[in-house]
Amino acid sequence: MQFFLEIVISGILSGLMYSLVALGFVLIFKASGVLNFAQGAMVYTAALVVVGLIDYDVPMWLAIIASFAFMVLIGICTEKFILGKLVNQPPITLFMATIGLSFLLEGFAPILFGNDVRPIDLGIVDEPIQSIMDMTGIGISKLDLFSSGIIILLVILLALLFQYTKVGRALRAVADDHQAALSLGIPLERIWTIVWAIAGFVALVAGLLWGSRNGVQYALSLTALKALPVLILGGFTSVPGAIIGGIIIGVSEKLAEIYIPPVLQDAFGGNFGGIEGWFPYIFALLFLLIRPEGLFGEKHIDRV
Amino acid sequence: MLYRETGQFKTTYKADSQIFPILQDRIGMILLLAFAAIIVPIYAREYWINAILIPFLIFSLAALGLNFLTGYAGQLSLGSAAFMAVGAFATYNFQLRIEGIPFILSFILGGLSASVVGILFGLPSLRIKGFYLAVATLAAQFFVVWCLTKFPWFSNNSSSGVISAQTLSIFGFKFDTPVTKYLLVLFFVSGLALLGKNLVRSSTGRAWMAVRDMDVAAEVIGIPLMKTKLMAFAISSFYCGIAGALYAYCYLGTVEPDGFSLELSFKILFMVIIGGVGSILGNFLGAAFILLLPIFLDIVLPLIAQLLHLPIASAVVSHIQLMVFGALIIFFLIVEPHGLARLWQITKEKLRLWPFPH
Repeated sequence: MQFFLEIVISGILSGLMYSLVALGFVLIFKASGVLNFAQGAMVYTAALVVVGLIDYDVPMWLAIIASFAFMVLIGICTEKFILGKLVNQPPITLFMATIGLSFLLEGFAPILFGNDVRPIDLGIVDEPIQSIMDMTGIGISKLDLFSSGIIILLVILLALLFQYTKVGRALRAVADDHQAALSLGIPLERIWTIVWAIAGFVALVAGLLWGSRNGVQYALSLTALKALPVLILGGFTSVPGAIIGGIIIGVSEKLAEIYIPPVLQDAFGGNFGGIEGWFPYIFALLFLLIRPEGLFGEKHIDRV
Repeated sequence: MLYRETGQFKTTYKADSQIFPILQDRIGMILLLAFAAIIVPIYAREYWINAILIPFLIFSLAALGLNFLTGYAGQLSLGSAAFMAVGAFATYNFQLRIEGIPFILSFILGGLSASVVGILFGLPSLRIKGFYLAVATLAAQFFVVWCLTKFPWFSNNSSSGVISAQTLSIFGFKFDTPVTKYLLVLFFVSGLALLGKNLVRSSTGRAWMAVRDMDVAAEVIGIPLMKTKLMAFAISSFYCGIAGALYAYCYLGTVEPDGFSLELSFKILFMVIIGGVGSILGNFLGAAFILLLPIFLDIVLPLIAQLLHLPIASAVVSHIQLMVFGALIIFFLIVEPHGLARLWQITKEKLRLWPFPH
């Protein structure tokens, strides 16, 4: 039981990390209908800019601010030079363009800051919390707990922003209906730029947290792939969906990794590790067969 | 063009519905095939055949497969490499486990196995669309590669799932030199491309396009959605499967499941986009472009570096390659969303009137 709980908890914590990346996808998809494949590359770029600047003896806070500014710049450029030119194209074309963008970023950032693996030191060690360990025997990493706290804080902040500010109202209006929002005098382009900036900020947070855990390396941009099943599970347009989807994916993949290989091993012999690699996708796929719009997605109605 | 269709009157329906209705096109096609089959093997250097021509043809075939699915039937797939893997490994097993099977039969069986897997992963397309489906095909990508790595039966118990392709032979004739392998690939690719060209103008192809343009409307006018979509998955995977088998047998020789990675899937997708979504010729143009670009950059970038007296490390070169790649994809999407094939078409139309502007 204790072992089971430990797996579930570690699943929740790593799932929250997936949610963080998925969150960036949801923000942009909601506002502009673009599935931004470059979100993973943005996570990588943001983290790389931070460590790169720290290597040049820039203090951490300044590096983080600079990285944020860089992400905003990327957002503006993407909006102006890529998506702005692709208005009225089918969503698949936009998706491909973001794949191109992800290549561009993955090539660009390492040229400036090198591509060797470097750690980010947030000042929190990746070790189990002693008091909980003593009390229940369950090891929870301090870093994981800290990350989860940050993520929850971020989600609350975003929710407040969406719900109570003028920009947030405009964002929701745009997400609802582009044309109606435009006719009410909401400047679409500015809203999209803001959304890209927020997504850049989310990517920066994700980059810092993932980077402090696994080091800043190319693999960070692959987090985008793990965020995809989270997205389809939670629905492309739902912020809570991204969080809950992330937790479900995190827990289920950890459980699958522990409990499925022994069964297979009994049946076929041999080593069946690495189920984590595909399990989320198959899981999400089966889920889609039952609920094609995901947990919280908008129900799709076909009109001819 | 230097030629026009003027004076070529069609007197039968058969003549009117040929693949290449213009005589000069037919002659050109035959000349091109003759050039590829006779002149190239005689004069091309081994490096060219091995490193450029064979992969070019194989990737064109894979891109053609994906183009059926994405370009014609409108179902975005990120798992084409997985279907290639199924084709390669199935062919290997048919060769290995059935004594004396003709290799052409084993290739076709390998392609059919890929079809079966394709239909399996295509089933969700009946309920889900667009991006949701793209993610679903990622499931195929990761699951298939994992299966091939973890179940030793598929690779005949070799370590980490590496297979070494058997030498192909027919009536005692062995396909073991680059030239013979090249001819074999050419045979498969030109045959399947011709078939594909015919397929997309048949009722199947038109049903695909109707589904692509609007599936609900297609259903309303009586196109069976399930059959059409699954057919697209099956045929697309069949082509990818054959391409995968050729990739293993005629290009690499030894492959492991990890060779059929997501990266390869993306590469094929880019060939389709850059070449031209919904075009047969586009696959060849796209494959050539994507294969030649890195080689071109490998040569040009150091030259530029020399000219500017900048030391460029090889790691930087690969990063610049990545950037150029990304930038070109974006460029193509913005400037010509229909790809190189459309550019070719425009050129042809311009040349038709040349030297007059109208």
